[in-house]
Amino acid sequence: MNFYLLYFLVALTIFGFIAVFSLFSVYAERKVSAFMQDRLGPMEVGKYGWLQTAADILKLIQKEYILPALADKVLFTIAPIIIFVAVYLGFVALPWAPGLVPATMNLGVFYVFAIISVEALGILMAGWGSNNKYSLLGAVRSVAQMVSYEIPIGFAIISAVMISQTLDLQLINYHQGVLSTESVKFLGFLEVKKIGGILAWNVFQAPHLLVAYLIYFIASLAECNRAPFDLPEAESELIGGFHTEYTGLRFAFIFLAEYAMMFLVAMLGVTLFLGGWNTPLPNIGSLQLATYTTGIFWGIFWVMAKCLTVVGIQMWIRWTLPRLRVDQLMTFCWKILTPLAFLCLVISGLWKLLLF
Amino acid sequence: MIKTAYNGLKTAWKGLTLTIKHFFAATESKKVINVKETNYFDQQNGIATVQYPHQKLPIPEVGRYQLDVVIDDCIVCDLCAKICPVDCIEIESIKATEAIGKTSDGSVKRLYAPKFDIDMAKCMFCGLCTTVCPTECITMTNEYDRSFTLISDLTYHFADMTAEEAEQKRKELDIQLAERKAAKEAAMKKTEEK
Repeated sequence: MNFYLLYFLVALTIFGFIAVFSLFSVYAERKVSAFMQDRLGPMEVGKYGWLQTAADILKLIQKEYILPALADKVLFTIAPIIIFVAVYLGFVALPWAPGLVPATMNLGVFYVFAIISVEALGILMAGWGSNNKYSLLGAVRSVAQMVSYEIPIGFAIISAVMISQTLDLQLINYHQGVLSTESVKFLGFLEVKKIGGILAWNVFQAPHLLVAYLIYFIASLAECNRAPFDLPEAESELIGGFHTEYTGLRFAFIFLAEYAMMFLVAMLGVTLFLGGWNTPLPNIGSLQLATYTTGIFWGIFWVMAKCLTVVGIQMWIRWTLPRLRVDQLMTFCWKILTPLAFLCLVISGLWKLLLF
Repeated sequence: MIKTAYNGLKTAWKGLTLTIKHFFAATESKKVINVKETNYFDQQNGIATVQYPHQKLPIPEVGRYQLDVVIDDCIVCDLCAKICPVDCIEIESIKATEAIGKTSDGSVKRLYAPKFDIDMAKCMFCGLCTTVCPTECITMTNEYDRSFTLISDLTYHFADMTAEEAEQKRKELDIQLAERKAAKEAAMKKTEEK
């Protein structure tokens, strides 16, 4: 019985985290964009407008559900649920700290990668169900983009997995720090198992993973439909794209999924490449910084700090770069990212073959 | 191919440094000062937002915003209503039985204005009415922030006569006209008799 109680508790905790994170990051996004454009952003609701997003969600909850007369009622209604649940389930496999992971699974990477692809289905359902040409255009763009960018993202992930030799996200984390049971080699030759810290991260174990991470980061922006790859929602061309017809709580869930997706891809990238919950501080002689700063609370702290930095960079990029054209988007994916990612994959294979 | 990729990265980085510079420069706001100040254009950096209801940009003392009429100075010549391109001024006039008085610039007033309405919802702030006014009683003020919940509130009423007063003046005018007519007829009769 307690077993099931724990399951519910974990699910509720993750949902609560997603909700709080979305509220916080929407506020942050508005402030960041404002500051970058020499504006102030929300200032009226609460001190410096910090209650603005809470007010927004209250407004969304009170709003009427509008179902377009000619919409496909079933698809239209369940699409936001599928979009949100796909992202929500992705959080299940992601580890937060040593020994703290919602669900231990030996196929974690594969699972996360598979479950976030379901989001494309939800977006297509939303666009098709709305029975609106702009929504459909947005949805078609979104699916084309997500399917295309899954190729470089997949190759980048596999090249990291080849270095770690496991698909279990928690084990991948363990291999990147002082808690590792195997030998950890900085740049492939320097044994840093005792030193840990930033030197033991995957990107520094094998430097070509830096390129792989860059590819992963760019492709993940496209995966979560963020600028400069926000063609599916392109406010100026498609009036919001696939979520044009959504109101109230249904829209809130699509929005929630979008921000949760941002954090999810950031966290997956951090776990695979940037050491996950491992500390960046190395052990230096008797000063055991890495050992001191490893633990459950430190783990949560480091993973949050790294993910929020990555999310911050996502925002920075969003408010700097203009939107790509559809053909540019596809060219970039197929002609630049995919060959590069494939090269990383090959190097990873050679790395493992030749160095061990 | 490589050149394009390099250029793409370079320009993207340029843009990113620009935005991050603005992001970290956002600790300071530009001060809200009059455009006439000598150091107005020295403020190039910082947040440009004017938090409107709390902060207001200084405006010239003689602004060209809402219209205002000093009805005591009006001689009800109707010129403003005639020149108005959007016909937002409506004036009714009643002839007085005698000169009512003088405006502040010495013109003699001979007409009552029972109705002097300006529909500010129609007004396009061209200022033509203020230039044609012979007594300069219609002016533009520096008042610009006016909002109402009812659109009818945007019609400003400047006439200070009550309906009863207007009715009384009309009657007086009718009596005077009747008297004059009678006097005229009497005079006509006299000439015919001669």
